[in-house]
Amino acid sequence: MQTIKLEQVKKIFHQGRPNEFCAIHGIDLTIEPHYTTVLKGPSGSGKTTLLSMIGCLSRPTSGRITIGGDMLSGLPERFMTEIRRKTFGFIFKQFNLIKGLTVLENVMLPAYPLAPNHAALKQHALQLLDQFGLVSKATLNVEFLSGGEAQRTAICRAMINDPEILIADEPTANLDTKLSREFMALIQQLVDQGTTVILTSHDPEVYESPVIDRVVEMRDGLLESL
Amino acid sequence: MKSFFLKQRYLIDFTLSSLLRRSGKNIGLLLVYTLIVFMLASVMLFTHALRNEAGHVLAESPEIILQRMIAGRHDLIPGGYLEKIGQVRGVMEKHGRLWGYFFDPAIKANYTLMVPRDRSLGEGEIVVGAGIARTRGVGIGDILSFRSADSRTFSFRVMDILQSDSELVSSDLILLSEAQFRDFFGIPEGFYTDLVLRVRNPKELRTIAEKLTLKLPDTRPILRDEIMRTYDSIFSWRQGIVFILMAGAILAFVIFAWDKASGLSAEERKEIGILKAIGWETADVIRMKFWEGFIISISAFLLGYLLAYLHVFYASAGLFESVLKGWAVLYPEFQPIPYIDGLQVATLFFFTVFPYTVATIIPIWRAAITDPDTVMR
Amino acid sequence: MHMRKSDLFLISLVFACILVAVTFVDAHWRVLNAGSHLDGMAQMVRQLELTDLSLFTEARYTRHLSQADYHTAFQDHPLAIEHFPSGSLIHPPQLLQGTDEVIFPETALPD
Repeated sequence: MQTIKLEQVKKIFHQGRPNEFCAIHGIDLTIEPHYTTVLKGPSGSGKTTLLSMIGCLSRPTSGRITIGGDMLSGLPERFMTEIRRKTFGFIFKQFNLIKGLTVLENVMLPAYPLAPNHAALKQHALQLLDQFGLVSKATLNVEFLSGGEAQRTAICRAMINDPEILIADEPTANLDTKLSREFMALIQQLVDQGTTVILTSHDPEVYESPVIDRVVEMRDGLLESL
Repeated sequence: MKSFFLKQRYLIDFTLSSLLRRSGKNIGLLLVYTLIVFMLASVMLFTHALRNEAGHVLAESPEIILQRMIAGRHDLIPGGYLEKIGQVRGVMEKHGRLWGYFFDPAIKANYTLMVPRDRSLGEGEIVVGAGIARTRGVGIGDILSFRSADSRTFSFRVMDILQSDSELVSSDLILLSEAQFRDFFGIPEGFYTDLVLRVRNPKELRTIAEKLTLKLPDTRPILRDEIMRTYDSIFSWRQGIVFILMAGAILAFVIFAWDKASGLSAEERKEIGILKAIGWETADVIRMKFWEGFIISISAFLLGYLLAYLHVFYASAGLFESVLKGWAVLYPEFQPIPYIDGLQVATLFFFTVFPYTVATIIPIWRAAITDPDTVMR
Repeated sequence: MHMRKSDLFLISLVFACILVAVTFVDAHWRVLNAGSHLDGMAQMVRQLELTDLSLFTEARYTRHLSQADYHTAFQDHPLAIEHFPSGSLIHPPQLLQGTDEVIFPETALPD
């Protein structure tokens, strides 16, 4: 398992243009493996930007990010993508499932570029769906799912490549209290299996949940207190 | 290598699922595309086959035909011209030919009346082409009556019908004896429609033709080469008309297809963002889009070509009949011999599959290189 | 067990390609077999000294394309005016349009 280290990480959008905007002002942060960390803060505090840099979806403007000692910041896109799909699973705010495709296809999608054996991949996907109680919906198109089912599909999709780290951006933003609690219970399952989880949220259902080991508070692109 | 194929199969899986989401629109597109390929391929196959067949068959036509021109018009040629030609080196044989046209008011069709040299027919005897027999509904032993140039009624008994598999050259022929021909049209003894010269060595044709125009300045020699060239270009011309008519349709389709293939909807952009965020590389997205263009265009090409083959070589190019028939009443029934030009088919393949596939890939480029974190924003 | 879409597509693709190959084989075979038919026609062309295909019988310059004068299209059949580019600018004579008026009734024979 690998430790993620951020050193003096800055992110500036539209650099050099009139609408230049500094989202992250230089953050030092260490995220230990097997911990469940939540980045907490109001909207605009830079937590999503920070999360996307941790998840190799974008690069910092300056500063370094290392995973298990490997420098991420300078890697070309292809290697970034490779690390991203081996190391991270993602759950997005709006779930971002691909419409018109079945639940099963959506779950298998992140593995397509890796070209594993099809039968094995399907087996694995069905196993995950079974674990999250979705097997009966496997051949259903995703637009017919309820909010909770869509959320669970998104979790299955995030877990298909057996990532070490699960990243979730405001996962409960579109869920009611009951579903939010269910979601945290599912996260607990994954934590028990040894997955490192990093979330962003300003929902007390999330950051006050017993699943969470550590809360990192952010405001205006800076860490507030540790 | 194995993983390459596995990966392409996954990409095709995704592309097909993605195409089937808008199945109505995509199937419609495929149908229109197939129809266009079908039309182009039909024209191509038909004209190529016909041109080849004409080339093969007309290679046996006379080496030189000599026509007399009066005031810019083709006129009867006196038999005396045969003597005037005299001995020309290389000419094996020369004789007069008698043929002409007859308009049959009963069915409003034009016939070609001709005096055969290979068979002798008696008075009141004719041999008709299969097209005439079919259109007039006559068989062997039946009588056909025509009114002659001086308004007499001639009754002819049909002695034979020319074999139907040669309709392409003989469907409108009526063969009759020289005496009957002259009597019917009122052509005096000693005049012919034109003269035929058979030449041993085709290399001498040009020089012989030059000598003929010097000896007989009021004539025009028609060489076999010219006949062959005429048929080569006439089908290009016909083909040209069809292409011009189709150009508008093709252009409209190109605009539609370009718009469809190149215009990325906001939804598609978002999807590409999602794919990138969950671990697809830029190259994977582009490959996936390549398959999208390729699947549609290759399907249209294969379907269109196969349908065109059936249409032209098994259904006698039925859709073109009305175009080729034009104002004519008689139309030969024939099945073109399937001469196929592999290069032509390859060209059609290239021009149907390549542009569409490229049109799908190019616009994706910009969308595919966007940062994967756009889905998070 | 469902068949994968890609397999379905690839199988159809291979099948269609085989059919295309079959058309070439079929064409080759039929060309080989057309020998006697072609010879028959060629023989007829030789014996009757034919010069043209009887595809278009509406006018003499279309029936005997190779025998037509250089520029006499106009004399033969005014409805066939489209032979020249000017055909797109000039209409056929009124006389010949629409009605099937018989100009010389005595030329028409009772059948």
